[in-house]
Amino acid sequence: MSTKLSVEHVYKVFGAHPRRALDRIKRGESKDEIFAATGMTVGVSDASFEVQEGEIFVVMGLSGSGKSTLVRMLNRLIDPTAGAIRIDGQDITRMTRKQLIELRRREISMVFQSFALMPHQSVLENTAFGLAVAGTSRSEREEKALAALDAVGLKANAHSYPDELSGGMKQRVGLARALAVNPGILLMDEAFSALDPLIRTEMQDELLRLQSEQARTVVFITHDLDEAMRVGDRIAIMQGGAVVQVGTPEEIVREPANEYVRSFFRGVDVSHVFTAADVARKDHVTVMERPGVSVRAALERLREHDGSAAVVHDRSRKYQGVVSIDSLIACIDGLGRREEGRIEQAFVADVTPVTADTPLTELMTQVAESPYPVPVVDGDGRYQGTISRATLLHTLNRTDKGAA
Amino acid sequence: MGPNVDIGSFWQALKDAFVMELPIGEGFTAVVDFMQEHFELFFVAVANTISFVADNLTEFFNYLPPQLVFGVLAVLALWRVGWRFALFVLVGLYIVLGMDLWPESMDTLGLVIAATLAALGVGLPVGVAMAKSELLAAAVRPVLDFMQTLPAFVYLIPAVIFFGTGRVPGTIATVIFAMPPAVRLMNLGIRQVPTENVEAGRAFGCNQLQLLFKVELPLALPSIMAGINQTIMLALSMVVIASMIGAGGLGDPVLAGIQQLRLGTGFEGGLGVVILAIILDRLTQSFAQPNRQREGILTRLKRFFGRADAERTA
Repeated sequence: MSTKLSVEHVYKVFGAHPRRALDRIKRGESKDEIFAATGMTVGVSDASFEVQEGEIFVVMGLSGSGKSTLVRMLNRLIDPTAGAIRIDGQDITRMTRKQLIELRRREISMVFQSFALMPHQSVLENTAFGLAVAGTSRSEREEKALAALDAVGLKANAHSYPDELSGGMKQRVGLARALAVNPGILLMDEAFSALDPLIRTEMQDELLRLQSEQARTVVFITHDLDEAMRVGDRIAIMQGGAVVQVGTPEEIVREPANEYVRSFFRGVDVSHVFTAADVARKDHVTVMERPGVSVRAALERLREHDGSAAVVHDRSRKYQGVVSIDSLIACIDGLGRREEGRIEQAFVADVTPVTADTPLTELMTQVAESPYPVPVVDGDGRYQGTISRATLLHTLNRTDKGAA
Repeated sequence: MGPNVDIGSFWQALKDAFVMELPIGEGFTAVVDFMQEHFELFFVAVANTISFVADNLTEFFNYLPPQLVFGVLAVLALWRVGWRFALFVLVGLYIVLGMDLWPESMDTLGLVIAATLAALGVGLPVGVAMAKSELLAAAVRPVLDFMQTLPAFVYLIPAVIFFGTGRVPGTIATVIFAMPPAVRLMNLGIRQVPTENVEAGRAFGCNQLQLLFKVELPLALPSIMAGINQTIMLALSMVVIASMIGAGGLGDPVLAGIQQLRLGTGFEGGLGVVILAIILDRLTQSFAQPNRQREGILTRLKRFFGRADAERTA
């Protein structure tokens, strides 16, 4: 993965003398102090982050945190007061007007909260807007626009007008318009925030589906943590114009940088953020590493470790099965006196392993109903750990405390 | 201060000491005289252009046979508004014809259209410029206020001085009087285009001209059309006043009615103006709505005649 977009110490001050406010920021004055003293508003203060090629990078913050200002600086709808913004290594803050227009036509496009479709144009014309502006021939732009509409499932509505569409459909057109120019970077400013919750989820799925077909670099602005967690590969959290934390959803949930970040999780269900791998523990059960071990020896060892169940895997850590004291005793009872017994015969029947990327929400029932810890395996069937009822409850409890 | 202070003479003394007589009227006269002396060529050029357009338009409308005007306006009314309005147009024009005011009406129509074209030609670009520049907006706004609130009759005086009497000064006075709404509503319309639409235009790489023609003007269209409608209405009302300086048209019977206290003649002229005004107003208003939401002219005609057929057979 290479860096597609890098934001380096970017500031934006709204007001008559931005330089003066900048000096005050450097002296350590707060946003409120500067506003009180000068009447100037610090929109974004010392924002730095990098966006990798092909990832969905979410910028999250409450209203007034500067996220909308930040995203508009990425295509210079708003000019930064200071700092550098590099796209493929080229600093766009130094571009001439002409270069900038070229950049916007070819490299970076945008989806808006209010859709911002042109009411006098048909869906097809709206979708082809960017191409028309760039001077693409009619046949070529209609072909590309139709392909983009097809991708968002609106090909049949190409000749409708925006006022004939529902909110979700309008935003699909907004998305198609942005995709039609085949941009390197897609900016989405609260793109789904104006939609009702069901449609919003549907559009998030749509975005993830499009992303799985062709991974684009997306900068996604939202004030909704659930949305951020769902679509984001990485999340930057903004507070009062500053970026206070950048990380994967898991990192941010596990270790919030400050009280502000923590406050986002209030009332948020984190169980879909964590996956099986996040909560699996390796130290809670006895592990049999020798598949050839006899049933009697296994029972002996289990009793010695005071455990009730054990996971068996082979030398390459491939998961084999789970044995319990009960299953071992039952197996021994069925054996003749001289028989050693193979451990496979003692495997508990109703334990199925879960894969590491299973969200917590999906394995709760299984863990709750299973009398034994549920083993977790990776894609190759290697043992990763187990989740017991205790660990599950502990995890949920901990995040609840974190949110309180 | 003595006990016998005379308030009246005190005030007079104060006024003599501090209030100057301001020769504003003289100043204006001087400016007009100066312009008349030194810009003669300019005024001749303007007069020739305007008389060319206005004369040709009025002659053209007078040249058209009334049947054709009936037909064209009725079809336009049917297409843009509906069959009821088409019916009104036919009845209205029939009344005008019956009052023997046809040539006057066509004169007025020609003058209104000539004046409107000139007012829009100047006003709309000024409106765009105002929307783009705060400085210009601040400078133009008081001028517009001045143009709109100065009593209409006052325009007639310099118009006569510069251009004599007749159609040309009448048209020019009308242009000045009718221009402000076009400027104001163009300015307002562009400023009211939603921010995100303008941002979308810019974000997809529009240059200034593309932004204007692909985003701002189309989205401001309802407001612009309202401005054009207002301009036409003001032009129509001013054309009547301009008949005082010999512009001709429907104002003549009105003026005659006032001067000679001929109530009937005055009323007929006034009624002609009203009919013309309603036709122009409804037609221009209809263009403020997007065309695509309306039925095509053929569908409408078919439906119209279809209904007529149905009624006949019933």
